[in-house]
Amino acid sequence: MKVRFHRLRTNRKLNRSAGGNFLLFLVLALLGAFMVLPLLYAFVSAFKPMEELFIFPPRFFVANPTLDNFIHLSQILSNYWVPFSRYLFNSVFVSVVATFGSVMVSSMAAYPMAKHSFPGRKPLSDVVVLALLFTPQVLYIPQYIIIAKLGLINTYGALILPAIQSPLGVFLMKQFMTQIPTSLLEASRIDGANEFTTWWKVVMPSVKPAWLTLIIFAFQSIWNQPGNSYVYDEAMKVLPSIMGQIQGGGLARAGVVAAVALVMMIPPLVLFQLTQRSVIETMTTSGIKE
Amino acid sequence: MNRNENVVARPQKNPSYKNLGLFHRIWIHRESYLLMLPFLVLFSVFTLLPIFSAIALSFTNFNMLEMPRWVGWLNYIRLLLDDQIFLQVLKNTLVFAFITGPISYVLSFMLAWFINDFGPTMRSFLTLVFYGPTLAGNVFFIWTFIFSGDYYGLLNGWLINLGILREPIDWIGDTNYVLSVVLVVQIWLSFGAGFLAFIAGFQSIDRSLYEAAVIDGVRNRWQELWYITLPSMAPQLLFGAVMQIGASFGVSEVIKAVAGFPSRGYTADTIGTYINDYGVVRFEMGYACAIAVVLFLMMVGTNKVIMKLLKGLL
Repeated sequence: MKVRFHRLRTNRKLNRSAGGNFLLFLVLALLGAFMVLPLLYAFVSAFKPMEELFIFPPRFFVANPTLDNFIHLSQILSNYWVPFSRYLFNSVFVSVVATFGSVMVSSMAAYPMAKHSFPGRKPLSDVVVLALLFTPQVLYIPQYIIIAKLGLINTYGALILPAIQSPLGVFLMKQFMTQIPTSLLEASRIDGANEFTTWWKVVMPSVKPAWLTLIIFAFQSIWNQPGNSYVYDEAMKVLPSIMGQIQGGGLARAGVVAAVALVMMIPPLVLFQLTQRSVIETMTTSGIKE
Repeated sequence: MNRNENVVARPQKNPSYKNLGLFHRIWIHRESYLLMLPFLVLFSVFTLLPIFSAIALSFTNFNMLEMPRWVGWLNYIRLLLDDQIFLQVLKNTLVFAFITGPISYVLSFMLAWFINDFGPTMRSFLTLVFYGPTLAGNVFFIWTFIFSGDYYGLLNGWLINLGILREPIDWIGDTNYVLSVVLVVQIWLSFGAGFLAFIAGFQSIDRSLYEAAVIDGVRNRWQELWYITLPSMAPQLLFGAVMQIGASFGVSEVIKAVAGFPSRGYTADTIGTYINDYGVVRFEMGYACAIAVVLFLMMVGTNKVIMKLLKGLL
């Protein structure tokens, strides 16, 4: 009896064996190196002068770091007649609005699909899953025609509205919401809350890790979408579309391409770190408890 | 736990609910429909309508300039009976689906599980390490530096320095290697949506379940995994499986960036890039749509099988 109490108090860490921990550490280190080294290589390549990119034997790290690639990048950008800040504004505006919209719309739709038994629930959920399995490549042309017919070409709407509807988001939120105990929702109803209030006040706080995760997905995919085919007006273009043009420049721009990739990487990275932190802070008091 | 029993059934408390007319039942749930309305409208316009148009177009000859012309099953007959390259890309697609798919699914789950054991700082760092490549978006061009076929390629440089190779290997140009190269890059990129959902899923598990398990005699982490973690993670595991099917059947951007488009002799091409080839390069949209429908049916079939397997397990 004594032993059991002891175990209980000192938490589940006791369940781990030393040998297992060592093996885990080894696997994590090897896989981690495989994940990180190419990223690190991309990072240092951005600071390599041209002659270091093409030497034999190739060197992983940079010997004489230089900001030339970034200077070169800003020179290329200054040749466009639209200032860089405009592209940056477009990108940030579109990404923030579409991410916010996507998280709201997805979780609003997911709540009834997860927890209500309305007519049409099953077919609707199935359609959302099936939509995830349809090849996006062939949808671009019908989508283009629809966006053109709606008069959205060359507007922020063409970039934002299609990005707000996210079958992935609905499916993700729905999966998490099925874990919410029904008694929690019934308690809210007994207090006289309508479904909208229940969604906002009870459901959303319970699935915080889920929507923080969705923010990461949504922002990252919207941030990286070039939207070339919907926006032709230079002043309405977003960063990836400009970066795509620069990357099209070929081998002579190898260093600049690395610099571009680095610049594009920073906002999702920063957002990821911020979101990560709050996922971890919430986990200790997860609302999901029967 | 049967998830259907976990559904809110307020109206069903009324014993006559089952006898109500459809419209009456819809009216009772009007708030549910109202919550779904914004999504349903946008989803119909920007996803459903394009999907149905694509399926309709697969029965036509459409070059994007003239009006589509109805040809019936002709595209499908040509694809399945007459297209040698389709067999090649089909084989590659299956290689990707059945090699990278299960590997990255299991790896994503195991890693998320290991990471969950660490303290907050380490956990956040490790998540960043494994999600980094996906987060970095288009950074996979860096693999063309690593696998570059000449002396400047990082891998060739290392192997020559170590004395393993004498001559550089043309990793990307050589048809013997290119598929493996793309497989490596695809695995590198595969800690995507499923992985993050697992990480978040672990954080949604009720801690008290583990304490109760220790009292009930669960002794090591494998028992803990089998009896508590896996069943509690069922919704995330299903989500991860669907995302993984989509990702491993639909590989295309990576192949285009690493192996070139189309790759030499279509050795690394998949149905995904093949659709691009017909749709965007050759302007045979009807045929491209037929290929897409075939891919879709394959994915739906796989999805059904995997869901059955997972539901049996959990």
